Amino acid sequence: MLTDGRTPLSGKRVQLMATCLCDAFHADAAKATVEVLERLGCEVVFPEGQTCCGQPAFNGGDWTASRKVVRHAVRTFESDDPVVVPSGSCAAMLFHGAKLEFEHEPDLGEVVALGRKTWELGDFIVNGLGVRSWPGRFDASIALHRSCHTRGTGSSDAVALLLGSIAGVRMVEFGEGEQCCGFGGTFSVAFPHISGAMGSLKLDHVRAANPDVLVSGDMGCLMHLGGIANKAGKPIRTMHFAQILRDAAAGLP
Amino acid sequence: MRTQPIDQAAAALDAETKAAVYDGSKVGHEKRTKVLFDHYADPNRLRALAGEIKQHVVENLDTYLPALEAKLQENGVKVHWASTAAAACEAVHGIMKGTGATKLVKAKTMVSEEIELEGYLKDRGIESLETDLGEFIVQLDHDHPSHIIKPIMHKNRRQIARTFEKNGLGAYNDEPGVITQRARQYLRHRYLEADVALTGANFVVAESGRVVVVTNEGNSRFCLAATRCHIVLVGIEKILPRDRDLGLFLNLLARSGTAQQLTVYNEFVSGPRGRGQPDGPEEMHVVFVDNGRTDVLASECRDILRCIRCGACLNVCPVYRQAGGHAYRSVYPGPVGAVLSPLLLGKRFPEKADLPKASSLCGACNEVCPVNIPIPDLLLRLRDRAHREGIPSPGTPPMGAWAILATQPVAWRAALAAGRIMNVLPTGLIPVPALRAWESQRVLPPWRGGEFRKWLKMRRQ
Repeated sequence: MLTDGRTPLSGKRVQLMATCLCDAFHADAAKATVEVLERLGCEVVFPEGQTCCGQPAFNGGDWTASRKVVRHAVRTFESDDPVVVPSGSCAAMLFHGAKLEFEHEPDLGEVVALGRKTWELGDFIVNGLGVRSWPGRFDASIALHRSCHTRGTGSSDAVALLLGSIAGVRMVEFGEGEQCCGFGGTFSVAFPHISGAMGSLKLDHVRAANPDVLVSGDMGCLMHLGGIANKAGKPIRTMHFAQILRDAAAGLP
Repeated sequence: MRTQPIDQAAAALDAETKAAVYDGSKVGHEKRTKVLFDHYADPNRLRALAGEIKQHVVENLDTYLPALEAKLQENGVKVHWASTAAAACEAVHGIMKGTGATKLVKAKTMVSEEIELEGYLKDRGIESLETDLGEFIVQLDHDHPSHIIKPIMHKNRRQIARTFEKNGLGAYNDEPGVITQRARQYLRHRYLEADVALTGANFVVAESGRVVVVTNEGNSRFCLAATRCHIVLVGIEKILPRDRDLGLFLNLLARSGTAQQLTVYNEFVSGPRGRGQPDGPEEMHVVFVDNGRTDVLASECRDILRCIRCGACLNVCPVYRQAGGHAYRSVYPGPVGAVLSPLLLGKRFPEKADLPKASSLCGACNEVCPVNIPIPDLLLRLRDRAHREGIPSPGTPPMGAWAILATQPVAWRAALAAGRIMNVLPTGLIPVPALRAWESQRVLPPWRGGEFRKWLKMRRQ
């Protein structure tokens, strides 16, 4: 697995990387992440200096710019506590992508160390903390979009396990689940036609399964899919899985 | 708003072609996955093993190639080395001239497309005839293959029927069975007239010098049945170390490429006709083609030389499904082509430096690759290279200013607050091309910059 060799957990203090998308657009997904982690007894530290994981420039080909941002992340998350990210994509940037662009850099070791302590949220809850079910209730049918950057990790199965364990939740499958939604960061603006067509196709499959909510662990995918649905005048309800977990447990002690 | 060439090609693709490509690749992928997981408990372990074997070959080509040359010569095969496409064409032409041959029958080989052999020979009065049904149709249409193993993925049967009618192969009839029968009737006596057979090689085994050719139509067998001379055109990377590796590779190739347990015809050619053998070509030549491959070997993307040309990455690729093979302007399209095609150009890399951009980096190609090539990583390396070489990339937003913001927390937080202007200003008035491109397909959600941080501070108090 891409996440092999990760530093074993000790203690329950975590560093939250909220991601730039949540910082700018999806505040509620970040709030839900905090509440979910706290419910699990974690002490959530939020390093104020955090910005972005560096992926936009990495994918765009400007590795010089990207490395600057990754170095900033290394400094910002300097504590040994695990870094928990409510995004499979940003997490994969830190434990996989960054290694690639630092291959010939003198500070590769520090970048690898950051990657080894980085966890995608669902992976952290299930495979890190050992939580296998979630309390409370959420009455909805849910279609889970397994975001691409969780391929080769335990994240998507972890999220499916958690959601499926909630009373009232009915998980629904949809066609071509392994296909990308078409977001792809800068790809979405450099290839707008293809990106849009991929997104519309994904939405067709999802709508055919008629879920109440489309859920993912990546706000990038949801921002893109929700944006296409809105543009077409056929809005679809989208939620980060952390929001579902929070809402399900709302009101519980 | 400028977008990438492949995006423009996808936007311009007619609905009929798009449907043909989409359906063909989707079905190909679904069958491949079913057959692999039906037959093997853990096909991913096989993919990893095959990847290690091919990587070993790639890393040790300098010893495998001379060893293979010696073995082939021992088997009575004449070996030729072609460093460029032109040299490869010359080698084939030279062999034919030497025997006074004027007619060539060809089994499917992508290398012959790569070196543009057909035109070269035609200019020198030599007729070469494609005998693979798909390639035959491509040749009739003066078209190019759009897929590595399904060259006519982009055509439907009505278009093919029209092509046959136009070329005097009977009245319009779009029944696949009828089309196939007509092609067969046309090709059968051409095999008898030909002097030379040209095939590719799916694998060449170093320890035995065996040349392995797989087809589903048996056309390569017909090619070899009546000709005097067999020319094998093969890239220098198509080597397997041992005969027993074929067990793994033939099983993976057939399932990955065409969702078969085994390709229908598997030929193992060990040399020209031997004493006591009643038939088969008297002469056999192997032309090893470099044509940029040693440059690939010297690059940070040498893993791409593991490729066994199964086409699985094309079938699963959402970008290929939208754009079709021709959008890649290359013999090798799709994810593998997006890496290989610009690299094979050597110094002319900038001409196809846009291809590695044509990916959402979803990683599906890596997941299906029978030799486990980390294609997304290689695409990223090439994006970095293109940027370092200053090659323009239409539609990709510049990242310099973003990097400054993202390394200055105070400026970052100020920008988060300032972004709220987007909620009051019509986004059409904001002169940022990336925003325009975003909004051409989607609506932007409301800006909530700084909201989470404020909430967290309140919560902590």
